[in-house]
Amino acid sequence: MDGFHDLGGFQGFGKVPHTINSLSYKQVFKQDWEHLAYSLMFIGADHMKLFSVDEVRHAVERLDVRQHVGTEYYERYVIATATLMVEKGVITQAELDEALGSHFKLANPAHASGRPAITGRAPFEVGDRVVVRDEYVAGHIRVPAYVRGKEGVIQHRTTHLWPFPDAIGHGDLTAAHQPSYHVEFRVKDLWGDAADDGFVVVDLFESYLDKADRSQVVSA
Amino acid sequence: MSTPVSTATTSTPGERARALFAVLKNKDLIPEGYIEQITQLMEHDWSPENGARVVAKAWVDPQFRALLLKDATAACAQFGYTGPQGEYVVALEDTPDLKNVIVCSLCSCTNWPVLGLPPEWYKGFEFRARLVREGRTVLRELGTELPSDVVVKVWDTSAESRYLVLPVRPQGSENMSEEALQKLVTKDVLIGVALPRVG
Repeated sequence: MDGFHDLGGFQGFGKVPHTINSLSYKQVFKQDWEHLAYSLMFIGADHMKLFSVDEVRHAVERLDVRQHVGTEYYERYVIATATLMVEKGVITQAELDEALGSHFKLANPAHASGRPAITGRAPFEVGDRVVVRDEYVAGHIRVPAYVRGKEGVIQHRTTHLWPFPDAIGHGDLTAAHQPSYHVEFRVKDLWGDAADDGFVVVDLFESYLDKADRSQVVSA
Repeated sequence: MSTPVSTATTSTPGERARALFAVLKNKDLIPEGYIEQITQLMEHDWSPENGARVVAKAWVDPQFRALLLKDATAACAQFGYTGPQGEYVVALEDTPDLKNVIVCSLCSCTNWPVLGLPPEWYKGFEFRARLVREGRTVLRELGTELPSDVVVKVWDTSAESRYLVLPVRPQGSENMSEEALQKLVTKDVLIGVALPRVG
């Protein structure tokens, strides 16, 4: 989903509001309600098994853009959990509105129903040059747009497998399990000279990748 | 005659969180003690002091260092630092020529049991948007100036791998105890935006 949440490389933001080692981090929650964001999410995701954490991420992505920009981090997870609880039929919009005493604005409905993983291919190996598939996905996906269509080199293949986010993120419990790969990209290949030199490593599920065409590889 | 539903929100974030809590509580969907138990984990058990113990041990124990770099999940499990958002751990080894930094550009993914929950600035739009593209500049603004021959490598936490940075043991720490070394390893050092410093 090409939403506002996909912030990598987005220009126009100011300085990160922090100076190194200036915080004790001892008070984890700054406001008395903040612990509810994750704990209520875990009641739905872990205790009730009502939805996956991937669906929570997608629900946050579905927040209306203006609301997304204007909300605090933990609040977005309250809205996402409330949205999924309503969509799964456990609670209703009317109950939320009544408890709040005004309209409880939820995330927008999904625009897609997800997609299955690509299966049956040989796994990639460390050192392989790969290209991130040049595809546009309306639903949940764990590819930041800044690597779409870009070439990188595999640094690591995970020894664990996980459900494909584009499927489980839409509640598809049949989602195929896959490894992910640490794919290293040159920053200059992503943003040309309008960036600092260096590397970015993105953790990409197998279905997001193809082997790069060797004939197009230019040796450095 | 009905009035149109306003799309403007007049309530506060806290009121909305408590409204969701009230609806779930009213339906008896909140198990006894569940919120208290997970809040204890988030506020106290998951802490950057855990990561500091892992790094300090790796600095003084070559065998543990080798394990941490080969299978960080097993290395952290020796301390009991496992759990949600820390099930597949990868340690990123800094060298004199390489600085690793962690971000989650798409949301906020962090190695909770080892680093603690992410701080506000890590989850903020500025860090998520800028670090992947201008890592060296962001580090300088945060207070970490790197020599131009040090390569910056940003790790975007976009799937299930959860990282911690294993920094270079700083000069001047040669005679320090493991416990004293732990104090050099702050949360910002584990995220990778700061370097450990003696004194």
